[in-house]
Amino acid sequence: MTDIQYVAPSTLDEAVGAYAAAKGAARILAGGTDLLVQMRAGMVKPGLIVDIKKVAELSVIEKTPEGGFRIGAAVSGAVLEEHPTFGKVWPGVLEGLNLIGSTQVQGRASAGGNLCNGSPAADSIPGLVAAGAIATVQGPNGRRNIPVEQVPTGPGKTSLAPGEILVSFTLPPRPAHSSDAYLRMIPRTEMDIAVVGCAVSLTMDGDTCTAARVSLGAVAPTVLLVEDAAKALVLTKLDDASLDKAAAACSAACNPIDDKRGTIAYRTKVAGVLLKRTTAIAAERAKGG
Amino acid sequence: MAKMHITTTINGEPTEFLCEPYETMLDVLRDNLGMTGSKEGCGSGDCGACSVTLDDRLVCSCLMLAAEAEGHEIRTIEGMSEGEALHPLQQKFLETAALQCGICTPGVLVAADALLKKNPNPSETEVRYWLAGNLCRCTGYDKIVRAVLETAADLRGAAE
Repeated sequence: MTDIQYVAPSTLDEAVGAYAAAKGAARILAGGTDLLVQMRAGMVKPGLIVDIKKVAELSVIEKTPEGGFRIGAAVSGAVLEEHPTFGKVWPGVLEGLNLIGSTQVQGRASAGGNLCNGSPAADSIPGLVAAGAIATVQGPNGRRNIPVEQVPTGPGKTSLAPGEILVSFTLPPRPAHSSDAYLRMIPRTEMDIAVVGCAVSLTMDGDTCTAARVSLGAVAPTVLLVEDAAKALVLTKLDDASLDKAAAACSAACNPIDDKRGTIAYRTKVAGVLLKRTTAIAAERAKGG
Repeated sequence: MAKMHITTTINGEPTEFLCEPYETMLDVLRDNLGMTGSKEGCGSGDCGACSVTLDDRLVCSCLMLAAEAEGHEIRTIEGMSEGEALHPLQQKFLETAALQCGICTPGVLVAADALLKKNPNPSETEVRYWLAGNLCRCTGYDKIVRAVLETAADLRGAAE
């Protein structure tokens, strides 16, 4: 580990230049809560660490001209929680991010890092997928925008091209009576990895659901957008028959693994259960908002 | 390769040190600066024994590169007492025996102090969740949680 270098550029162009020039030997450092653990375990041996926290665009939380939010990829959960309005508009996105690890970890860990780490169980990603968030990435060939659900391609893998850095997430403007929620199944209350995660984002008109997006985590090689579940909810009063149909769509979308945290059968069943519980919370919040 | 020269502030004191790019803040605190109050339990951000604050935000110093301290302010357990006068949390932990072997205690104290600065009147549930990342294998947490709640009450009483 003696030939390692650390740089903390203050501009995105410098960061992309350094990252791309290292040709795969570099790793991006945001909160470091995955990278430093992986380095210590010998899983990664970067020749160059590019700390992106001094790049202003990666550390801001701002309103977009359209009325949505833009969150820098390196913004920590603790900083996002202290934002005066973000958590009121997107409580589900926030609760997903702040289920990750301890207070100490939340002080550092970012949604950007969570996405780029590529874990199928990443707690902050279903909320962003349900929100319809767009990821902005920048590389040697310029900048592009992609839906968050198109970034992970498998455990530990993303669709980012060599040299590309995740810059920010853009969340759309929110119609009135919209809200979201995230629930995960774990055997304890804190400090664990999701057996199943479910995020639901809804817009309500009275008792009728007029728009929905549903995302599942930890039940497939990547976080999933479950369009069939959303379709089962839209233009219903979220009655039992509609919820049963949406839950069945969630279970049908599952392609999980058997491991010490849960079996295939268990994860598949719980995905449907969580859909119902998460929808109930999101609907309650949406009606209140 | 040449070591990095880092200029930072530790417990209010302007501090400079040399470090390797891969060294963690915890490595430098303990091995380079002789500040061994912060402990290495797991080295992977699970146990909280290495808790410090970075610009007043609670973090694990084992999950932070020392180079990241450049231009920022670190506070450690060594900065908690005022000379010989213990911090009220330290005093309460002694009085109520809220520690046994003591390995987790510096991290617990730094984390509890960060909580009380943010929320002077936490509920028991809030204390337990805040300290969920500080593992103790001796006391079973009840004495720790009670000591934090009693200190919070004392400090609120003193502030009135």
